[in-house]
Amino acid sequence: MLNDIKFEDLIEATYDTFYMTLIALIGTFILGIILGLLLYLTSKDGIWKNKSLHFVISAVVNIFRAIPFIILIFLLFPFTDFLIGTIRGPNAALPALIIGSAPFYGRLVEIGLREVDKGVVEAAKAMGAKTRTIIFKVLLPESMPALISGITVTAIALVGYTAMAGAIGAGGLGSYAYYSGFMRRDFDLVFLCTVLIVIIVFIFQFIGDMIATKLDKR
Amino acid sequence: MISIEGLSKVFTSNKSKTTAVENLDLNINDGDIFGVIGYSGAGKSTFVRLLNRLEEPSGGRITINNEDITAMTARQLRIARQDIGMIFQHFNLLWSRTVEDNIAFPLEIAGVTKTDRQKRVQELIDLVGLSGKEKAYPSQLSGGQKQRVGIARALANNPKVLLCDEATSALDPETTNSILDLLVDINKQFGLTIILITHEMHVIRKICNHVAVMESGKVVEQGEVMDVFLHPRQHVTKKFVEQVMGNGEEDEDIAGIAEAYSEGNLVRLHFVGETTNQALISKLAKKYDVDINILQGKITQTQAGAYGTLIVQIAGKDIEEAVRYIKEKSSVEMEVIQDVK
Repeated sequence: MLNDIKFEDLIEATYDTFYMTLIALIGTFILGIILGLLLYLTSKDGIWKNKSLHFVISAVVNIFRAIPFIILIFLLFPFTDFLIGTIRGPNAALPALIIGSAPFYGRLVEIGLREVDKGVVEAAKAMGAKTRTIIFKVLLPESMPALISGITVTAIALVGYTAMAGAIGAGGLGSYAYYSGFMRRDFDLVFLCTVLIVIIVFIFQFIGDMIATKLDKR
Repeated sequence: MISIEGLSKVFTSNKSKTTAVENLDLNINDGDIFGVIGYSGAGKSTFVRLLNRLEEPSGGRITINNEDITAMTARQLRIARQDIGMIFQHFNLLWSRTVEDNIAFPLEIAGVTKTDRQKRVQELIDLVGLSGKEKAYPSQLSGGQKQRVGIARALANNPKVLLCDEATSALDPETTNSILDLLVDINKQFGLTIILITHEMHVIRKICNHVAVMESGKVVEQGEVMDVFLHPRQHVTKKFVEQVMGNGEEDEDIAGIAEAYSEGNLVRLHFVGETTNQALISKLAKKYDVDINILQGKITQTQAGAYGTLIVQIAGKDIEEAVRYIKEKSSVEMEVIQDVK
């Protein structure tokens, strides 16, 4: 059975999974930090304290986190079609992947920012720092280990999402396991894809832990 | 010159109002080390945070060097804050930055160029005595060293005023003293005005020249440190003076002492800001034929000189002359407890 596997196909599927995860991860990192910052800054003791804005952002984040990923993909079909020009292939999976995981990561960013010592933010204010300086030179660097651990957790969830997206035509290991494995009763192939996905998850976890430890000078 | 008029701060939460600072007036001269002392909840911490508007005042006016802090826009305030250094009880350093990068932070905010920053940081590290620790992270430093970084950071932009919010409260007594010495040094070297918040009278005694005592959001007593030590009027102030001087329980023992030392005169000497008469006792012994026996007392040093009380026994031939000398030639106040003759 395994002899029938075309290794080029397997390599391509692995590459697609990596590609989708990495690009989606970059998008999630940026969008999630923006969301997390907005949540933190507009909150009760935030610099931009704003009850209604906080409520709106919080509601949007909660709604998108509540939608099951597979349904989110369907819901986003028109948007994806408009943005990418197709609803098939790895690129078509990106909008759903980013929109699906950024709210989750945004909450993790918010938690990370809350952990930053209020006294340090106050010290920066007492030195005459602008809000921009406080964000880029205090809040983000001081919460960086938490932001990295958070993105590691998100990356692993994203690998799972790519497999789900794969099942409806995005390519990658999930798609390969479904169409070439499950549909053809080739369970060895399904197993092989699983092992590859687990290895990918381990790689992300290892890199994330390493960076977080290196950055943490506390 | 810092002048504060009618300053007040009311915290509102869940429809209940708490007045932290109430209608406070103070004037602080340039180059002063001005201490504000009070128990927790007296409003002293809120007071110091009002000075650079970390807390927004509910009313009143603050003028620092003829600039009205309270009337400033957010933008003006940011610039003004670069001239007001501040140090904190918990140091508030950025753990993600090294010592030198922490000290460079206010310079980055002020837009100083990189080469000038490096030069200034090195000066400051030498000033606070942290040479060799440039590349260390705050987590690798002791409490005293962290506060030195805090001080260097606060001084980076050459401020005219330094606010100290319980700056030594998290330190052990020995480290507290070394940090206080550093503050006096800086005050003398740069003529910096220091406003210091504390609950320890020891800190006031050691470095301040003016003191204000706060209770329930108000200044209940203020003046020169020596005057306040000598004539504390309010109950709180007396309590604080006792922290340093003991609580006067020794007076009850005087009868006992008088019984035990029945020979000669028993006198109480009050040293009040002495700088010239500290060798009084040895002078008396050399000049007159008397023996002086120190029975009880405590002398402590303040910025204005020695302060405290001694109970001594004077015996020998020239008792009268010695007593007259103390009365007429020295500025030490004397009180005769027992005259056996």
